[in-house]
Order: sequence, then C-alpha cells, then structure tokens
Amino acid sequence: MKYMLLIYNNAAAIEAMTEEERNATFGEVDVIMKELTDSGELVGGEALADPSNTKTVRVRDGVPAATDGPYAESKEQLAGYLMVETETPERAVEIAARWPDARYWAMEVRPVMNTAGLEM
Amino acid sequence: MPDGRIEDLLRGLAPQVLGVLVRRHGQFDACEDAMQEALLAAALQWPGEGIPESPRAWLITVATRRLTDQWRSESARRGREDVAAAQEPPGVPVAAAEDDTLTLLFLCCHPALSPPSQIALTLRAVGGLTTAEIAHAFLAPEATMAQRISRAKQKIKSSNIPFALPPDAERAQRLGAVLHVLYLVFNEGYTATSGADLQRADLTREAIRLTREVRRLLPADGEVAGLLALMLLTDARRPARTDADGTPIPLAEQDRTRWSRRDIREGVAIVTEALAGAPLGPYQLQAAIAAVHDEAPSAGETDWPQIVALYGLLERIAPNPMVTLNHAVAVAMVDGPRAGLDLLAPLDADARVADHHRLAAVRGHLHELAGDHAAARDQYLRAARRTTSRPEQRYLDARADRLR
Repeated sequence: MKYMLLIYNNAAAIEAMTEEERNATFGEVDVIMKELTDSGELVGGEALADPSNTKTVRVRDGVPAATDGPYAESKEQLAGYLMVETETPERAVEIAARWPDARYWAMEVRPVMNTAGLEM
Repeated sequence: MPDGRIEDLLRGLAPQVLGVLVRRHGQFDACEDAMQEALLAAALQWPGEGIPESPRAWLITVATRRLTDQWRSESARRGREDVAAAQEPPGVPVAAAEDDTLTLLFLCCHPALSPPSQIALTLRAVGGLTTAEIAHAFLAPEATMAQRISRAKQKIKSSNIPFALPPDAERAQRLGAVLHVLYLVFNEGYTATSGADLQRADLTREAIRLTREVRRLLPADGEVAGLLALMLLTDARRPARTDADGTPIPLAEQDRTRWSRRDIREGVAIVTEALAGAPLGPYQLQAAIAAVHDEAPSAGETDWPQIVALYGLLERIAPNPMVTLNHAVAVAMVDGPRAGLDLLAPLDADARVADHHRLAAVRGHLHELAGDHAAARDQYLRAARRTTSRPEQRYLDARADRLR
C-alpha cells in the first residue's frame, strides 16, 4: 500500500534554530532516507520551497486570479512530502513518527488512492 | 522487444538456466544477474539471427561467459587469478531442470524475505521478467524495485539459504508461501481495471503460467490444483467485470455471455478432480465457489445453498472476516437479507474489518435488498469514503446516488 507522508512545520521556527540544531535534523533525515532507499520502501518525495513563494490560484466566474501567499508565519504549513510503499499502515506511521518534524509539528499519513478494482 | 514466441520461450527457460548455473557455481545473486544478461542478449539477437538449435544451451553458455568474465575482472583486481580458474564451469550440466524450477520458487519465496521482495524476486528469477517490467506492473519506480530485488538477494546470501528443496517437515508450509506469492501476483494483475493498467493485467497471465508449472511438477497436490482452478475460474470473468471506464460491474450484473467458456471448462475440470482426490484446502473451496458462480446460466439461477455450504466449510478450515462477509451475502440470498445482516453484526468487534469499506459495501447491498434505502445509502457512502480504490469509489457513489 502506498502512503503519502505529509510533512508540516513552521518556517519561522526553523529559521530560529541554530545551525547545529538544523544540521542535526538534516542528519536524522539522511539516516531515514537511506534506510527507506535500502529497504525498497521509498517511492519518492520532495521538499517544498518556503511558503513565501506560494501562489494561491482561484477561478471565479471563469476569471483566474493568482495572489501571493498566504503567509501565515505562525502556523504549521505543508513543507514537503514523502511517498512510501509499506507492508502495513503501522509501518507508515512508524516512519512518520521518526521524522524530526513530528516532534515539533506534525506528520500526516494518508493512503494513496489506486486504480484497483475488486479482488477475486 | 522480442516477438511473442521468443518471449514465451525465454520465460520458460529462465528458471531452468538459472537452476543449472546455481547448482554449478553457487552464488545465487551473481548467477541471477548473469541469467538476466543472457536473456537480454537472446532477446536482442534471436529475432534477427534466428533461434539457436538448443536455446537452453545457448543461454547457459552466454550466462556462464558473463559469470567468468565477472570473476576474472574481480580476481584481476584482487590479483588472485586462481579464483577464476577454480570457478570455471566443470562441464555439461546434469539434467534435473524441473526440480530446479521448484527449488528456485522455494528459494524466492523463502520466509526470511518480505512479501514484496518475494514477489519481485520470483517474477525476475523464475518468471524471467526484467526489473523494469516488474516495476511497471507494480507502479513503482524502477530504482525501488531494483532495491527490493537486490535486498532479497543479499538476504539469501547473508542467511546462507541453501539452493535445495525444503526438508519434508517444512515442505507443506513452504509450499503455502509459494502459492501465496502466486496468488498475490494474480490479484495484483486481476485488480487492474483499464487503460494504463493493461500491462498490469499481464501479471495474471504470468501467475497462471507459473502456477501451471508448479502443478506440472506437483500434480498430486490438491491446493496447487485448487489455486490454478481458482485463477482460471476468476480470470474467465475478466471480459465482463468492468465497464468501458473501468468501473467494476458486480457479479450479478455481468454479461455472462462474455465469460471465457474455455477457462471455465478447464477450471471446473481441475477443481473437480482435486476435490475428488486430495485433502480439502482453502484454495480448492474458493475454486469450488467460483465454479458454482461460473456454471450458473444467470445470477438468478445460482445454486446459493451450495455456496452457503461451501463458505461454511471455508469458515471452519480457514476462518477470516472476508470469508464471513461473503458467507453473509450467500446466506442472504437463501434466507433473506436480514439473516445476512445478522451474520455481519459480530464483525463490528473485529478490528481487522470493522472499518473496512467492504463491510459497509456488503451492508449497503443487504439493506438495499431488504428495501431499506436510507440505511443502504448511508452504508454505500461510508464504503465510498473508506475505499482507497478510485473505480470502486465511483461505483459505490453511483450506487448511493441511485437510492437518493
């Protein structure tokens, strides 16, 4: 089963970390990524640029409008995702629990829809 | 790509060639790589140059050359020429190619490997598929699939898993693992619905081919026969099981004239023979149930009392909540929807299935049969929210919509 692990954090709080703290966090992430690559569970993943680069797009009455932001600097924002394929949902939760952002902010574990029909 | 005939020939020869290499040289991982390279060389050369007189010997020769080249370059690096000399092939292979296929299956489905690794390795080493083909079929990146295969090979190496048939005491259990892997491969292909998924459907063909091979090697085993019959009787409905958009069509509404009569005849014959001789097992019972459905001229003429009896037996020898679900549907067809709903009630306390979309979908169906459209709609919508399959979600939403 494929799961998307959504990584939530707060960009301002990460900026406030010392370089040492940031490096320690990246080190933890490297360890998990290596483990998931070796185990064949990693399907993909990307980090998202800082929320200040965000554009919000809405179409009203057929007219598209793109606005900058939102910049909710005090809030948790989606910072990236990880796609894994695990044997059990428990394993996906375990991976999420080890991701450093889970300690300060949150990780969301979402099953990915597939195109399978009924089993035999 | 080779034409179909060459491809079929290569897939059939793959485990035989690999078996010979492993028995001669040991080192399953290196032999498997060499076998893949030989298959690739054949796929490139044979369409132009023609199929060699002895295709198997050709593949063994090419693979052995790859192996010795690899060992020579390794030993040159290490400055130890004696390694290559010691590993020169010792002459003509002994036969026993058929046992090799079975031994390979047991090795690839070894319980020390995780199920995804068992599946990937079986398809590569026994099925002769490339990593790219397996990755494509399972909708995974090639690097992910390559990693699963190499991890499985490392595990075989580091655990010193021998290239030998399991001891008699473990044999039944180990065969169970092999059959389960073949079942999973079949299901992965069978649940593929349409369009971009069509290549996944090749997995059902591959699973049937490999199960046929196991049956040829173990003709007296009732569960091997049962699994092959179950696959054939299930696959027979493929042409009728989805509409043009890939939305599933329930059994009762399928156009039965589109079912494959040939597959049904073969599946029925195999399961009938197994039930008459071998000890009863879950695959045989599931095949028997599929046979009753497949032989009914219309949904209304289905022999439901027989299906109830078969599910009753299945619940006794292999209890599991999905069996209970299907049993409840069959009971509803004999004793009415309320009787079916009563059987479902205990499942709310079973964590494996309480929140599963199939429980809600079956409840929706039984409430609809009972004429309670509001309750049916609630359950269909609940099932639609819970499922992770998009075609199934479309189907369940449509079902709920009809009862609005």
